Amino acid sequence: MCLAVPLRVIEISGDIGVVEMGGLRRRTNLSLVENPKVGDYVIVHAGFAISILDQQQAEETLDLIARCIEKADGSSLEKREV
Amino acid sequence: MLLREERSVRALLKEVDSLLERLDRQLRIMEVCGTHTMTAYRSGLGTLLRKRGLRLISGPGCPVCITPDGIVGAAAALVTERPDIILASFGDMLRVPTRKEPLLHLVPAKGSAVKTIYSPEEVLDIARASPGKQVVFLAVGFETTISSIAWTVEEAGRSGLKNLSFITCLRLVPPPLRAILASGESGLDGFIYPGHVSAIIGSQPYEFIAREFSLPGAITGFEPADLLLGILSVLRQIEGGEARVDIAYSRAVRPEGNPAARRVMASACEVTDGEWRGFGAIPRSGLRLRNRDLDAFERFSLTYDSSWENTACRCGDVVRGLIEPEQCPLFGNPCTPEQPMGPCMVSVEGSCLIHYKYGDTMWTE
Amino acid sequence: MDRISLSLGSGGKLMREFLRTLILRHLGNPCLDGLGDSAHLDIGGRVGFTTDSFVIQPIFFPGGDIGRLAVVGTVNDLVVSGVHPRYLSLSLILEEGFAVSDLEQVLSSVREAVGEAGVTIVTGDTKVVRRGEADSLYINTAGVGEVIGEAGETQEGDVILVNGSVGDHSVAVMVARREFEFEGEMKSDCRPLHRLLPLWQMGVKWMRDITRGGLATILCECAEGEDVPVFVEEARVPLSAPVRAISEILGLDPLYLASEGKAVMIAPSDRADQVLDFLRKLPDGDSSAVIGRIGGQGRRGEAVLKSISGGLRLLEPLTGELLPRIC
Repeated sequence: MCLAVPLRVIEISGDIGVVEMGGLRRRTNLSLVENPKVGDYVIVHAGFAISILDQQQAEETLDLIARCIEKADGSSLEKREV
Repeated sequence: MLLREERSVRALLKEVDSLLERLDRQLRIMEVCGTHTMTAYRSGLGTLLRKRGLRLISGPGCPVCITPDGIVGAAAALVTERPDIILASFGDMLRVPTRKEPLLHLVPAKGSAVKTIYSPEEVLDIARASPGKQVVFLAVGFETTISSIAWTVEEAGRSGLKNLSFITCLRLVPPPLRAILASGESGLDGFIYPGHVSAIIGSQPYEFIAREFSLPGAITGFEPADLLLGILSVLRQIEGGEARVDIAYSRAVRPEGNPAARRVMASACEVTDGEWRGFGAIPRSGLRLRNRDLDAFERFSLTYDSSWENTACRCGDVVRGLIEPEQCPLFGNPCTPEQPMGPCMVSVEGSCLIHYKYGDTMWTE
Repeated sequence: MDRISLSLGSGGKLMREFLRTLILRHLGNPCLDGLGDSAHLDIGGRVGFTTDSFVIQPIFFPGGDIGRLAVVGTVNDLVVSGVHPRYLSLSLILEEGFAVSDLEQVLSSVREAVGEAGVTIVTGDTKVVRRGEADSLYINTAGVGEVIGEAGETQEGDVILVNGSVGDHSVAVMVARREFEFEGEMKSDCRPLHRLLPLWQMGVKWMRDITRGGLATILCECAEGEDVPVFVEEARVPLSAPVRAISEILGLDPLYLASEGKAVMIAPSDRADQVLDFLRKLPDGDSSAVIGRIGGQGRRGEAVLKSISGGLRLLEPLTGELLPRIC
């Protein structure tokens, strides 16, 4: 019951935002999150932002995985993206 | 996309393997949310882990699977028997078997129609654009979706829309988990908690599972790597003899959840007892709209008729984690995705459908 | 005449006026101009023949319209079955009240498409039905041409290619219909595939165009005839950014979304580079790719997909409709 994706906020007007992915835009209801900013990624479920993605935590998770990969195959990862 | 890629999955699997070897026992971990069942089986991880002794058991987190037949049946009856009704529904609900045809296939009454929506907000626009019609939203979901539905209900009230009402089946995740554990039948060793429900409710509502039942759990995201990180957390807790509610999806979930979303839910809804397919009634497990004027059952004097249910269908036992789909006597024959006997075979994240479609999914060793 | 009227359909003067001022003005050619009851054609050798009807809504979408689609659909069916398309018939069923200006636009697209594809419309028909009995406009086209290639025996090790990103048409139609309120630039990939005809002389053994049901459905068709499984890698399937986005957000599998100018082809492995090179040089062909091969893990008749995460799963043909989900 949890299909939701992180989408980038490109515009905010009151409680309505516009999010973008792959060149497509959709309005998103920002009423349920506090203080979103343009440039934030929000987790969008059924057209509503339910959470603002914590960029630092995201980085830490990716770092964790990268370290795990390095440990598993002994190589080092130079560049990664979400 | 590191969270999804094969190299991430292989690396994390290596760690899971070492832990499973050290623990050296059969384990049953409930992944509550149908979206987790999807991730597990579509990626092949479910089948692979089962071979390694870790069974991922599906839980009740599939709104389609636990919505009582009476609710969908009432929606179907409304749109086939009354003119000028627009029934709005998420795509997920459209193929559920009812006494008549599934919503997708039924023939509406004159001037009536079934409209698929992606967002609850859309029903506001539909109502404004069709003043001569009554728009009825079949609003089904857990906390993730309830917050959006609640906002829509409040907005309908603020806008004074007279031609919008709701048929709801709003259910809360923690109560059935307590029911499953209290019954003592499920034999579980830990939990994978739903990531996006938890973004709303935070970690506190699951604490009773750790405290009262001493079971470890992890709030988990939905990419394959996320699922493995959640499983790793649970396995490490088991190894260390701990029982906590760990947040393994920290980029989206905070311990306090989303208080703003919960305020909107509390404003529009009140807690009530809930009917769950398979469980029957669970006390204080559902929400209903405070504004009775917006309740479609009242507005249209709808009847709730659950006598139709296919009694041979064991979907109820599946959502309680008592049996796996393959143990249902109807599984695969005659119950298939083309001829579903119950919602677990219809819902895209129904356990039975997922096992049927992806149960074969292998892993490149 | 502003709008199509029922009286047009009853033949006679009004119809002849209509044919002259609309049909022939846009589509006229030596064969059609005579408005005879049949076209007499010279086609050498074995003849390939196909037909298709088009009832889409909306009739206009970014990157095309029903007229373009009606030509492209039939031309592509011929091309992928080894036929060099030459001549088309064009049958119109018009709803009473349909705007003539819209019809002009459709006919203009038909003209453009036949020019691109190098085919000629040589015969046709027009009918008008009462308001409500057709949805704006239905079109049927039938096409003939010379057979220049036949599907050959495929074998283990043959490679599977696609001439570009898949699912574009579905997403373009969704965006055009403002379904689920998405906005953006998304053009359909609706185009004739006549430029693929030389592939029949380059050793390609099998082709199918991807339409409704998407790439996955075609791969299943491909696997049905095989003694060994068909193996495809998700990571290699080209997807445009908007298609990826809609798939993620709505929970749709892009392998089941429709294309209208894409084909799947099977070639011997020693010709793979040559075929790929050729495809990449075609207009909009730069994302052409090898996506899999005949043979690999699995059982005969199975289409097996290796997902980005490494799991192998069975592909099945599309059953029922693709519905967006929130779960």
